[in-house]
Amino acid sequence: MWDYSDKVKEHFFNPKNAGAVVDANATGEVGSISCGDALRLTLKVDDATEVILEAGFQTFGCGSAIASSSVLTEIIKGMTLDEALKVTNQDIADQLEGLPPEKMHCSVMGREALQAAIANYRGEEWKDDHEEGALICKCFAIDAVMIEEMVWANKLRTVQDVTNFTKAGGGCAACHEDIEAILEKVLAEKGEKFDPNAAPVETPVKIAAVKAPLTNLQRIKKIEQVLESLRPSLMADGGDVELVEVIGNTAYVNMTGACNGCQMAAMTIAGIQQRLMEVMGEFIKVVPATEMAKLVNIEAVS
Amino acid sequence: MTDIYLDNNATTKVDRAVVDAMIPYFLEQYGNPSSIHKFADGVARGIKQARQQVQNLIGCEHDSEIIFTSCGTESNSTAILSAIKAQPNKKEIITTTVEHPAILSLCEYLEKEGYTIHRLPVDKAGRLNLESYKKLLSDEVAIVSVMWANNETGTIFPVAEMAEMANAAGVMFHTDAVQAVGKIPMMLQDTKIDMLSLSGHKLHAPKGIGVLYLRRGTRYRPLLRGGHQERGRRAGTENSASIVGLGKACELALEFIEYENTKVKAMRDRLERGITEQIPHCFVTGDLYNRLPNTTDIAFEYIEGESILMLLNKAGIAASSGSACTSGSLEPSHVMRAMDIPYTAAHGTIRFSFSRYNTMSEVDEVLKVMPGIVATLRKLSPYWDSINNAPVTNPEQAFQPTYA
Ligand SMILES: Cc1ncc(COP(=O)(O)O)c(C=O)c1O
Ligand code: FES
Repeated sequence: MWDYSDKVKEHFFNPKNAGAVVDANATGEVGSISCGDALRLTLKVDDATEVILEAGFQTFGCGSAIASSSVLTEIIKGMTLDEALKVTNQDIADQLEGLPPEKMHCSVMGREALQAAIANYRGEEWKDDHEEGALICKCFAIDAVMIEEMVWANKLRTVQDVTNFTKAGGGCAACHEDIEAILEKVLAEKGEKFDPNAAPVETPVKIAAVKAPLTNLQRIKKIEQVLESLRPSLMADGGDVELVEVIGNTAYVNMTGACNGCQMAAMTIAGIQQRLMEVMGEFIKVVPATEMAKLVNIEAVS
Repeated sequence: MTDIYLDNNATTKVDRAVVDAMIPYFLEQYGNPSSIHKFADGVARGIKQARQQVQNLIGCEHDSEIIFTSCGTESNSTAILSAIKAQPNKKEIITTTVEHPAILSLCEYLEKEGYTIHRLPVDKAGRLNLESYKKLLSDEVAIVSVMWANNETGTIFPVAEMAEMANAAGVMFHTDAVQAVGKIPMMLQDTKIDMLSLSGHKLHAPKGIGVLYLRRGTRYRPLLRGGHQERGRRAGTENSASIVGLGKACELALEFIEYENTKVKAMRDRLERGITEQIPHCFVTGDLYNRLPNTTDIAFEYIEGESILMLLNKAGIAASSGSACTSGSLEPSHVMRAMDIPYTAAHGTIRFSFSRYNTMSEVDEVLKVMPGIVATLRKLSPYWDSINNAPVTNPEQAFQPTYA
């Protein structure tokens, strides 16, 4: 079964604020019974101060849907509506000490219920801008709808393009077959043919980060930390790695010792890249420093 | 209280006697069966015996009709790919909407390659319509692949009859019998079934060993070519210990087949009756009168399966669910959708599957905790009226969240 954090289990086994608030003056209902989770959030809001006095949830859903609902009610109690609107799904997931990628949508549902409830209180109509498809990339929790939209909007042609724009496919690479299938389908709709060897589209725009993006300094520090933690195992194989430069999301490294030029170098680099992405939660490209001269000009322009 | 395992359709505990039979093939008779020395001379004999033990369980005419593979999935893939390679002019395949992914994913893939896949629908009780099946049989069909018993509901399909019909139309017939072998008696030599898949880990043998039964004379193309193992029909050094283990497991399954259909069935029936009598708004899915003796699949309305499993797990009880959330997909199980079970129930299905290791007192234990678990989750459900302890009136209308 899922590897749920202790926090998820705690909120699932002992949910807080279960049930409807009796004299609620705000209700948000979201989810889809066909997808197997649906949530009704009821709030009691103080009319003078707009402070959320009470929050209650009723959820049809799995362990993480119930835990997300429970933790959401805890987070927002005592907040003003404006404060509550700033709560993101990442906040919900963080409070739960993380959710498996397949379950991130449970936290999204929580945030949407909150927005719907506040809109209901204010007499506005809440429109959901969120459409969800089958989960394609488990490393980065990217679904089919998101990839399709990106392929359409940015005229993407290759798996590498999709990775550059959405992160999907940039980790373990197991989802590449599914990404190719999406490319084939969308390109066919546009009357084009998928060519796995097509040249990548031009300068990828910055990936819209969910979290506040790291500053370059923070990024470099973090990369250093991760490399440091990997160093012992590299040295056990008689090699080492050195960070040369970080430009945008690309880290240029020197592989030394036994790793330099050995047939494992490419694999080692891929391994380092995946580890970096896991730790930093953003797309990082690791490139041998020898490649830097070719790329540095392009990057400098963008 | 020790933990209660009611997930035997997912996989089973390896029987102690099976482990004991295997150990010499790791530690003493570990030679390659093709070699000529004393580390190997007992291996060929062990494999031959295993072949006969499998033969006895499934009742086929010759032991050379048994091909050992690495799992049920490999047997399924081998069967279908063999049929289409051996008959390159035939571009249609008949199967059902409720097969295991081991068949459905392959068919989806072949569909992209240009094959026409006919997926027979089922009715609300999970049954096929043989009239519409008959209409599909033609010279264009390379193979029919229909499961003997469904892994989720335990519903048994009339494969012997369907094989007769295919045979009369000159069409090859394969059955995925992974869930049926060892649970219901079979005598393949009296049928027109051309190919059959089985998997060791569903009948108390280890994981990673399977069999493809191939009727003598059936046109065949191997999936793995290489050495001469399995008479060139499945190359690769034999997994001798597991083959011997599977043989022993088949021998035991034959011994216990009556027990399975009396005692194991009695446990299943008692659990099923107890749950449906005590808990309102739940129902058994599938064909109640034509089912594996060990399986019951119960839909608990207005609550979600994974939540039920987590609470069961906390109580030390292992079962499984056809809900979307357990698999990480968005849709509930394709089997529940095929039977047109409403979403409010399809997401709340729990499968309890027994084996000869279970006991009646375990059944009582489950009956003790199940009502509480369902009540706890219903209290959280937007479809449930906690005050009246009943579903809200018109549940599907009363709660209609924003996006669908
Ligand atoms: C009906 C059916 N077919 C095939 C399989 C796959 O068998 P294996 O795990 O040996 O590949 C299973 C097991 O889940 C099954 O239930
Ligand atoms: S699943 Fe997409 S990169 Fe791992």
